[in-house]
Amino acid sequence: MNYEALRHFADSWGLLFMALLWIGFALWTFRPGARRHHDDAAQMIFRENEKGRTDINGEQNNG
Amino acid sequence: MDNLVFRAGGWLVLAALAFMAMALAADGGFAVHMGIITIACLIVLWVTVSKADYGAIARGIIKSPADPGIYDDEPIRWGVIATLFWGMAGFAVGLYIALQLAFPVLNLGLEYTTFGRLRPLHTSAVIFAFGGNALIATSFYIVQRTCRARLAFPGLARFVFWGYQLFIVLAATGYLLGVTQSKEYAEPEWYVDLWLTIVWVSYAVVFIGTIVKRSEPHIYVANWFFLAFILTVAMLHLVNGLAMPVSLLGAKSYSAFAGVQDALTQWWYGHNAVGFFLTAGFLGMMYYFVPKQAERPVYSYRLSIIHFWSLIFLYIWAGPHHLHYTALPDWAQTLGMVFSVILWMPSWGGMINGLMTLNGAWEKIRTDPIIRMMVIALAFYGMSTFEGPMMSIKAVNSLSHYTDWTIGHVHSGALGWNGMITFAALYYLVPRLWGRQRLYSLRMVNWHFWLATFGIVLYAASMWVAGIMQGLMWREYGADGYLVYSFSEVVSAMLPMYLIRALGGLMYLAGAAIMVYNVWMTVLGKLREEKAMTETPHNEAADKPIVAQPAE
Amino acid sequence: MSTFTQKHKKLERNITLLSVFSLIAVVIGGIVEIAPLFWIDNTVEKVEGVRPYTPLELAGRNIYIREGCYTCHSQMVRPFRDEVERYGHYSLAAESMYDHPFQWGSKRTGPDLARVGGRYSDEWHVQHLKDPRSVVPESIMPPYAFLAEKDLKAGDMSAHLKAMSRVGVPYTKEAIEAANEDLAAQADAEASTTDLLARYPKAQARDFDGNPDRLTEMDALVAYLQMIGTLVDFEKGEAQEQPR
Repeated sequence: MNYEALRHFADSWGLLFMALLWIGFALWTFRPGARRHHDDAAQMIFRENEKGRTDINGEQNNG
Repeated sequence: MDNLVFRAGGWLVLAALAFMAMALAADGGFAVHMGIITIACLIVLWVTVSKADYGAIARGIIKSPADPGIYDDEPIRWGVIATLFWGMAGFAVGLYIALQLAFPVLNLGLEYTTFGRLRPLHTSAVIFAFGGNALIATSFYIVQRTCRARLAFPGLARFVFWGYQLFIVLAATGYLLGVTQSKEYAEPEWYVDLWLTIVWVSYAVVFIGTIVKRSEPHIYVANWFFLAFILTVAMLHLVNGLAMPVSLLGAKSYSAFAGVQDALTQWWYGHNAVGFFLTAGFLGMMYYFVPKQAERPVYSYRLSIIHFWSLIFLYIWAGPHHLHYTALPDWAQTLGMVFSVILWMPSWGGMINGLMTLNGAWEKIRTDPIIRMMVIALAFYGMSTFEGPMMSIKAVNSLSHYTDWTIGHVHSGALGWNGMITFAALYYLVPRLWGRQRLYSLRMVNWHFWLATFGIVLYAASMWVAGIMQGLMWREYGADGYLVYSFSEVVSAMLPMYLIRALGGLMYLAGAAIMVYNVWMTVLGKLREEKAMTETPHNEAADKPIVAQPAE
Repeated sequence: MSTFTQKHKKLERNITLLSVFSLIAVVIGGIVEIAPLFWIDNTVEKVEGVRPYTPLELAGRNIYIREGCYTCHSQMVRPFRDEVERYGHYSLAAESMYDHPFQWGSKRTGPDLARVGGRYSDEWHVQHLKDPRSVVPESIMPPYAFLAEKDLKAGDMSAHLKAMSRVGVPYTKEAIEAANEDLAAQADAEASTTDLLARYPKAQARDFDGNPDRLTEMDALVAYLQMIGTLVDFEKGEAQEQPR
């Protein structure tokens, strides 16, 4: 493995592999089925007060 | 009781060991540091054996609310105070060294107060003391709320706070005494590095431990950013800090790498200190506090996922752009440049995601100075993440490198993005942490906002001019084919810019001083009688785009 | 599709997986960029004349580091016409191959120092370090008069050379053993320098700070400044002068 061989790989298959990986990843994140899940996750930080107190008390009782 | 004797004995042994190391030290800097560690051990020993309830005394000093709350917020309250304290110290030293460049007499002729020793003090104070405390405090706050779990290992969390302060004290005193590895933003010597490693691993344990015991199934995206920040900084710190001490009783060590390899390792570290300490960690803050303050969910949660993976993957590659046209192999420079330019995209994705979170609540920019601070922080994040990729292009870099343009770029990011988002987060946190109805004064937040914003504008603009002027003057040829300017002529041409920069720094510092007063009054539970931020009530019906009227 | 969704949720709900994938994402870039520098041989092309620092130069270099000179001075001349004409031949990778740590710097508040050796007299350096504005009125450099007042306490130079040899600098056993004597000999105009020059070709030996009675930090720092960038003979090595 010398510099030329590595450079050749990086300029061809390496580049293609990384580009495809990224595109696949982005498409995966934006797949239609996940919308509900992500919207739910985004709302999660606003639910803390009512839910938080009971959960924590429950956990403290266990521990 | 046995346990107490055992613990007290342990601290006594540690204090004695540190004292011995001080006596046997090979150099003055190491001796002073071992003296500081001896004192620290003795203080802990005193707290351990004394009957007094220091926890209660401490809560009294910082006026903690009587209701301990469902979350463990005491280390966060301390973190807020430490952030403000080190922020003021770091900004003040920054102003002082800015003035030293305009008036060299301020070096005072003492070895401890030269620019060369104070500059690392400034950079470390603002990045690691101000930024680091802000990151630790906000991550502890956010991880508890988003996991709906109390902090794991509360004792260890307190160790993280105090251990980190000891690290700051050792680093800062070391710089003044000339104890340095000379690696930018990683100057502390080997034993301080080891101590930081212990503290950082404890931080990771507390943070990850809290996520493990969460009662919310999903891990909110802010925590992803904090997690990547903690893990990557650990990796960077360990590799870049590799060094061979000359003696186990002396401060001096020699870096494990040399020349080209050392340079790239350092800038792999240095650039990602920016990428993970000052970007990923602060994005964690952004992804929690901006939606909370705007009272609406993040614009696109999916975009935040893409933002996260793209950012952490791409950032690591960008380091070589600090070494353009040096003896670093060309392929590494090009690789660094390409990835730096690509990095522009996820950065702006993140900025857009933050700004668009305000979609439908834009009137808050008018009525809520905290939101205004968040917006300007995101705007500066966007500006400096455009400027950075541009400066990483080799042709641009050949002009900008080694000049004050770099300094201006760093400060538009640090003052604009890191500073402003931290101030906004602290303004959000303080009334909640101390159980106050609201901040002492919103109008003071407004003053802080404008002072800081004008300060940054003066700073960045003067450094652009200074940097481009330097770059052009250095390379200017006359008709006779000779260089036109000597180096010293370029130095003297900088004076007006350095004065404007110092004025910008003074305004930024003044804004921060107003914040300290405002926070302290809020902690004391006072409320300032003041006019509302706006006298024009929000008119929902009128809040729509103007529709063009056809001409008569 | 549903198994896909399951996997995705798993990642978002599993802290171990999230940590592992984050680490993989951040490790790749570093490995691809840094690791080859250690084994691709044309990273540092061998150049005649480059040698490890003498004990006195090393002590001076440690003062350079201690005072944070790198915060304002670079040591890396880039291959541009104006830089080569202003400072001298552009820097080669081999010239910093024994620099633990490197001192390339990142800012030129003051000029580049990669070729400062031999450019000014010892007297100029001493005067300039004591009071920079007495020789360069426009200078904004801090004064370093205290260096001339402080005895050089470099510590046990044998230990320093040993630490350097542990990280790969080829100091011989004799050089390590004789480190303290070599340091004294280089700063003493009277002492014999045969051994020193045999170990460190081109080493300059004299009293550097104009005060032969004392060995001060000023001696060490000036000795270092006067050797920076002088080891490679660019007149001789024509082949390296091909522009890139």
